[in-house]
Amino acid sequence: MTALPQTTEKKLGLVIDLDICVGCHACVVNCKEWNTSNYGAPLSDIDPYGAEPMGTFLNRVHSYEVKSEGCNAQTVHFPKSCLHCDDAPCVTVCPTGASYKRAEDGIVLVNEDNCIGCGLCAWACPYGARELDQMEGVMKKCTLCVDRIYNENIPEIDRLPACVRTCPAGARHFGDFADPDSNVSRLSAERGGMELMPEQGTKPVNRYLPPRPKSDVTAENKIDLLAPYLAPMDEADSAKGFLGWLDKALEKI
Amino acid sequence: MHPAPSVIVFTSLSGLGFGLMFWMGFGVPDVFGWTAFWMYFVAYALAVGGLIASTLHLGNPQRAIKAFSQWRTSWLSREGVAAVLTLLVVAAYAIELIFFQSRYPLLGWIGSLLAIATVFTTSKIYNQLKTVPRWNLPLTPLLFLTYALAGGALLAGQVLTAAVLLLVLTGLQMVAWQMGDKAFANAGHSIETATGLGHLGKVRQLENAHSSPNYLMKEMVYVVARKHAQKLRAIALVTLGLLPAAILLFLPFNHALALVAVASHLIGVFTARWLFFAEAEHVVGLYYDKR
Repeated sequence: MTALPQTTEKKLGLVIDLDICVGCHACVVNCKEWNTSNYGAPLSDIDPYGAEPMGTFLNRVHSYEVKSEGCNAQTVHFPKSCLHCDDAPCVTVCPTGASYKRAEDGIVLVNEDNCIGCGLCAWACPYGARELDQMEGVMKKCTLCVDRIYNENIPEIDRLPACVRTCPAGARHFGDFADPDSNVSRLSAERGGMELMPEQGTKPVNRYLPPRPKSDVTAENKIDLLAPYLAPMDEADSAKGFLGWLDKALEKI
Repeated sequence: MHPAPSVIVFTSLSGLGFGLMFWMGFGVPDVFGWTAFWMYFVAYALAVGGLIASTLHLGNPQRAIKAFSQWRTSWLSREGVAAVLTLLVVAAYAIELIFFQSRYPLLGWIGSLLAIATVFTTSKIYNQLKTVPRWNLPLTPLLFLTYALAGGALLAGQVLTAAVLLLVLTGLQMVAWQMGDKAFANAGHSIETATGLGHLGKVRQLENAHSSPNYLMKEMVYVVARKHAQKLRAIALVTLGLLPAAILLFLPFNHALALVAVASHLIGVFTARWLFFAEAEHVVGLYYDKR
């Protein structure tokens, strides 16, 4: 039944550190690699070597520029996958019961044998976390690598979602938000972990850590070691010696 | 949102079909035998044809039967259940009218209520989505119901009722467009709330997350042909309501003219329904810096 559980024992989810993410897309690639050959139907690619290659991905990395008046612009790389919402609107709209949220750990999953591919859950998700596979006609979404995290056939160090395991910058963390002492709960509390689009009322589990404040090299009273070397030469200097002669000679050509 | 032909055909035609069933359940018009047969033939062709069209956009239509199971939580499932119940109850009522030349009013009323309830469930599929502020207005169900009642009355040959309802519908559609145009801004969504980066300044997309469009962009970030929206709105208002109402009110009633009125109304409904989807802005577009 597509009713949401009242509470979940655990709240497994991700912390994504926007201060650290370098936008390398390794999480996107490893997510695709693991999930195309494990849980459910493969993640198909349409016209992969053609003019407009399209494919199903469970994780995407957007890149934004943030700029406020009088400050330097900054780049923020922004990975986005299912947030495993407590009040997941994608689950309750499902007409077949294919979409469900697990009472034991809060993971939102799709039972592909029941999915008719109507796409309504993707419409209900504000985050674009669900993509309909064009070959299989079933809805695909992040499983939080449910087939890795409990998998006793792989070394313990690998029992993490593929995106977390592979992130070379350490920008992704996996844990239980129901436990206030877990790594993710503490990180989120320390760094002001935020919800995406809280006004949608979806109560997402995943948290995003905002970029730390940047120091501003252009501000006054800052010591800038390179400035003297980069200052332009004045007219008098440039007119002397070999360089001065070269300057004049080149001007005449 | 992507205006998929299957969904436009489904919501337009089945709305009209169930609208016609609504009126006929009350004995409007009071017909038996062959006349009743042909009218119910039209109603079923529209309702069932629309429902079949709706299965064309499914990825796995062979499993569609499973969509009847989640009526406790899902409006889409409720719609399926309501539609089938309506078709069964109305069929029993229609068989009596056609073959036994008699009417069992209670069955007719139940059929009418079910028919209108089905249209309501259709409207709720769209209306429930907080992700599409234009649809998430209380006016959406009212609009769908008025479409069904007005179109149904027109097909049922109720000259005055249809004319009045068509004019009401025209006004309601205008108000819905005006309110819908402000809905996204009123809901308070922006690229800053979507990314949570608003406290750092103004956010814009620096680079695409992927080099060519994906399912999300094709399905939910449909921005093509919106530039003609105002012209299409004007065409829709004239064809769906003003022209048919004028034909009904000012010209002598005959079947040829009624057919023109119905055809005009259909063009208007399709145009307005195309706009209903094409103009609907999904909040996921914010992540792509597009609306």
